[in-house]
Order: sequence, then C-alpha cells, then structure tokens
Amino acid sequence: MYETRYHKPATIDDAAALLSGNDEAMLLAGGQTLLPTMKQHLAAPGDLVDIRGIDGMAGIRAEGDTLVIGAATTHADVARSDAVRKHCPALAELAEGIGDAAVRNMGTIGGSLANNDPSACYPAALLALGGTVVTNTREITADDFFEGLFTTALDEGEIITAVRFPAVKKAAYAKFAQPASRFALVAVFVADGPGGVRVAVTGAGEDGVFRHEGLEAALSGDWSAAALDDVEISEDGLMSDFHGSADYRANLIRAMAKRAAEAASAR
Amino acid sequence: MTKVTMKVNGRKVGADVPDQTLLSEFLRENLRLTGTHVGCDTSQCGACAVHVNGKVVKACTALAVSLEGAEVTTIEGVANGELHPMQVAFNDNHGLQCGFCTPGMIMAGIDMVNRYREEGRELDAAAIRHELEGNICRCTGYHNIVKSIQDAAAKM
Repeated sequence: MYETRYHKPATIDDAAALLSGNDEAMLLAGGQTLLPTMKQHLAAPGDLVDIRGIDGMAGIRAEGDTLVIGAATTHADVARSDAVRKHCPALAELAEGIGDAAVRNMGTIGGSLANNDPSACYPAALLALGGTVVTNTREITADDFFEGLFTTALDEGEIITAVRFPAVKKAAYAKFAQPASRFALVAVFVADGPGGVRVAVTGAGEDGVFRHEGLEAALSGDWSAAALDDVEISEDGLMSDFHGSADYRANLIRAMAKRAAEAASAR
Repeated sequence: MTKVTMKVNGRKVGADVPDQTLLSEFLRENLRLTGTHVGCDTSQCGACAVHVNGKVVKACTALAVSLEGAEVTTIEGVANGELHPMQVAFNDNHGLQCGFCTPGMIMAGIDMVNRYREEGRELDAAAIRHELEGNICRCTGYHNIVKSIQDAAAKM
C-alpha cells in the first residue's frame, strides 16, 4: 500500500475538520472495501480518518417504531441485534448474508451505503424500506441518496452518522450471491411500508440500485409470487458481464422478487 | 509512523510502524509470528484469520494502528500447554493437505464453534460449510476440514 497518515478523531467535529479542504483524505470505517482497494493501488488516500473512535457512531436503538443504526455498526452486530430481529428481521438476514463471518465483524452499514457498490446489499434495504441517511449536516431520504455507480448525494467531507428505518408491515430480501465474492449477482428487497410497496433491485443496474415500478405495482395489487409472473422486466440498463448477461439478470430479478415476496408472506 | 501497542497472545507488544501497516504485516514482520499466513491480496482467502477482542477478523484487512489497545490471538496463542481441541481435531481427521490455509481454518473454526454455542444454534456440517465461505483451501481438502471442525465442536 502507498503511504498514508492515520487519524482517529474522538468527535464528529474533529473528523469533519480533518476532512475539510483535504482532497486526499478518506473516511475509514470497517475498511473491508477501502483497504483491499488500497492494497490493489486503486485508492491512495493521503489521510485516513477513522470514525470508529467517535462516541455514539456504533449501536442500535429503537425510537418508537423507527430503528436507528449507527453508521459504524458492524454487519455482525446488525445480524445479531434483538431490536433489528424484532423490528425488521429481513434486515438482520441481509446483514447475516454479507461477505463472510470475518468481514461481518469489521464491515459497517455506513461504509456500505457511502460506497454504494452496485452489487452491495445494504443499498437495496435502504431504498426498499424507505430509510433515511443521517449525516453530520442533514438528513437524506433513500430516494435522494443514490446517484449512480459508487456515487451518492454525500458532499465532500460529509459524514454519515446513522441510518433510520421506519417500521414496515412486511419485508424480505432474496439474494442470488456471486459465489466467489458473496456480493449480489442480483438481489431484490421487497417491503410493504409507510410509503406503500417498494421493491429495490441491487447487483443488476448499470447505475446501481434501483426501484422497479412494475414489480411494485404488481405486489400492491396482489402480494404473491404468482402476481410477478407477467411483469415486464426490461433488459435496458442492466449490467452485462462475464458473471451474467443482461437477460440472465432480468430473469434473476423476477426469480429473486418472487422468492422475497413469498418469504415476506411466510414470516 | 505511529506507536501502536496491543496485547498479542497475552503478551504486551508495541512498535513504531508506518500507518499503512496491516495487522498481518505487524504480526509477521514486527513480531515474527509467521503462523498468520497471507494467501491472497484480495481479502478473500482467510489464511490470515486471527481473533481481535474475541472475534475473527482478517488480519490482512485491518490497519495495525487502528487496533491500539486490542487483544489479539493468533494461531501461536491457541495452545495452552497442550494443543487446542481444534488443533487436535485437525490432526486426528487429517484436516489439512499442504497446511497453508490451516491457521486461518483453525481460527475461523474456533470462532464459529464459540459463536454457535453462544447463540444456541446447531453447528452441523451444512452450517460449517456455509461458515467457511471466507476461508479458501486451495488443495480443496474441505471434506476433512469440515469433519475436523465437527469433531472439535463436540470436544470444545
């Protein structure tokens, strides 16, 4: 790895000050994407600002019906949390399926969302559940947060502090894992919540995670796997690579949506 | 350079290291604990698995300086006078071929047995195979690795 300077600020203001005006600085949370990227010399931040030393950045609590998860909370802690299992078991199951046990002990929800990998799991949960990203300066709704491949609405130096998920009537996540990486080849998160039925697809879109209106309309009328049989799923805008062609991914979107719809009903 | 101190296998250790030093490099090059293996450059193989504050992590995907004050256990630290039951089980069941992945397999194996016990879940062969997704045996000797972990789980 190239040389870097490591900082572990104790407050969010100190972290923001370290990032301010420093184009070479990057935030470090679990590091399960950033460090491998640095090892491959695909990233070379001059400064790393580790947010894990900041009070209150990790942890899970329920505020009424809303689940609040600190940005530096690990996937393992989300998967094991009684509060998450009670409020949104689909989210606990999603966290349990990320990477492997060692990665889950380090990787964080805030890091996954900020990175917005087109095949990551958490973006689908945030979008389908209609969650809100809380930063050091504002709140950003899921619909406004994702802006394309590895791109989000976060400004330079803006720090995610927590993620809020509203209570939903039912939800489930079905992932067809790419067998080597455990990232989603295609995965679908379905939810029936305060904003109605929302279906988010990850692993398939050329611009990253997206909502599928056809699947949402079908499930709104009849929440069943059979209701999804005749939904038109276009190949336009879907990724096509050596892991899977666009038409294969389009088929997987339907298959995963059906599995998720069934799993949500069976809960 | 940053001074980092941690407790490795019960012993207090410290060194001035470049900030980009990985935990795996700190263990192998500063402490000469070469049982922690590095078998890939992509954080996928798990040969470098160690326990940090009681949880399995990939030592190649953590900065040493970020672990100030941490308690780290490596393969050199699991035997306590006699071999750990997981080590015995790998020996008894021929759970290794070339042996390169073995330290990571043993550290992951101990972690999964402890975790499943804590959560009251049954660690059957299917669960072990699922849990091993972060550890690659390039000899493909998984069958006996699974048997070894199952055997150890009964004796731990």
